[in-house]
Amino acid sequence: MSIVLFKAILVVLIFLISLGIAAYSTYGERKIAAFLQDRIGPDRAGPFGLLQPIADGVKMFLKEEIIPTVSDKLLFIAGPSMFMLTALMTSAVIPWGLPLEFGGTVYALQVADINIGILYIMGVVSLGVYGIMIGGWASNNKFALLGAIRASSQMISYELAMGMSVIAVLLMTNGSLSLNNIVQSQGEGKLYGFINISGMNWNIFYQPVAFIIFLVCSFAETNRTPFDLPESESELIGGFHTEYSSMKLGLYLFGEYINMFISSAVISCLFLGGYNFPGIEYLGTVLPHNIVSLISVAALFGKIFFFIFFFMWVRWTIPRFRYDQLMRLGWQILMPLAIINVLITGGILTFFGN
Amino acid sequence: MSSQIVFYMLAALSVLSALFVVFSKSPIYSVLWLIVCFFSIAGHYVMLNAQFLAIVHIIVYAGAIMVLMLFTVMLLNLNKETEPHKPAMLKGAAIVTGGLLMLVLLAAMRSVQPAPYVAPEKADVGFVQNVGMKLFTDFLLPFEMTSVLFIAAMIGAVVLAKKEVHE
Repeated sequence: MSIVLFKAILVVLIFLISLGIAAYSTYGERKIAAFLQDRIGPDRAGPFGLLQPIADGVKMFLKEEIIPTVSDKLLFIAGPSMFMLTALMTSAVIPWGLPLEFGGTVYALQVADINIGILYIMGVVSLGVYGIMIGGWASNNKFALLGAIRASSQMISYELAMGMSVIAVLLMTNGSLSLNNIVQSQGEGKLYGFINISGMNWNIFYQPVAFIIFLVCSFAETNRTPFDLPESESELIGGFHTEYSSMKLGLYLFGEYINMFISSAVISCLFLGGYNFPGIEYLGTVLPHNIVSLISVAALFGKIFFFIFFFMWVRWTIPRFRYDQLMRLGWQILMPLAIINVLITGGILTFFGN
Repeated sequence: MSSQIVFYMLAALSVLSALFVVFSKSPIYSVLWLIVCFFSIAGHYVMLNAQFLAIVHIIVYAGAIMVLMLFTVMLLNLNKETEPHKPAMLKGAAIVTGGLLMLVLLAAMRSVQPAPYVAPEKADVGFVQNVGMKLFTDFLLPFEMTSVLFIAAMIGAVVLAKKEVHE
């Protein structure tokens, strides 16, 4: 099997997994919301309501497609398409597991190991705002426009703190921007230099502040509660997707879940060791290489599922911020905190070595 | 050969999108075409082995500056009726300055020697480590001067936006 064919299969596989996880995130969200509010949640379609996402999808496709006559038709359609496109693009640089080996050839479980991986993610995330802005403006509706403007200013504000918190992590990995190197460096060496558990040298133990800043910023970037002001239904009806119906609305809702999945993957790779898990070296000596690879993929997905659960847990626990509180948190608390964190990390690395 | 084809496609895209920026009737479309133009220029950077520059170009220009521009244009509510008619003197001044700019550009273009594209000797010339090294050794003074300039601009923006407390 040639590398190109393998990459093509990997791309399709990741695409399908992203869509599958996004679909079942909607089910998970409703079940978790029901659990937190002492309800049962969806249980009619199939056993435990497991077919609910399919029923929802069919409903979305069959609903009437409405395009407002006063809207800009081309951009009205381009908005949700771009949102979905940028949501799906990020997954290209994430290392999903240890490389597989078939007949002496090594197949890396990563679509593209570019040496600017983390910057690529920041770039695509910063483009994500266009889908919302174009859709909100093209609707020709005041509520949609307000939602779009809130979304864009919120995303620009939190991107800065996000980038700053990533810089502190990059300082730890000798300045390599490749996600693969960042994940690998967390699997080597001893935690704090003396705790000898293989595959446990995670960045979260060195950079807890950066982790918290990054986590908060990814909530803001994915427009999730407590930062879902672009679509706050109590003030803006539905925000940027007020005018949308049918599958175009579905794409917006779906894209949000894919964003959630991808940002969970990025958080896991940057701070929780990616596909590394405790005891990875020991397992490598007793099990065949490919089995260990599959276990490492499972470990990464375990971390991703935890973060998706965390996103939902927060959504049904914490109320929405007010807009001035959101801006104050971003600019006056997270941003200085991230800069101080970079300075302290740099100082420690310069004066005390590793 | 294939890189030449990619270059011509990118070049055509850059020129066409830049033309669309100027000729679009709606300012929103102008902004969107400018984003396409920035992407094609980022593509040129990748062709020159400057991946870091390419992605920073996208993050800074397409991701931040153009979002702010789109933001402003969306709030302006530009219609044909509300467009103010400029006085004739202003139009004349615009023609003269535009002509002068074209003169300068033509003069600069005249001295350009067309040369074939030479691939850089090292493939990693545009990697972040090498760019950073260059910036903080050979180009330290210009780099620091730029940041001073940015601070001046930021302070200026804050002063302009600040509320008058005393009056």
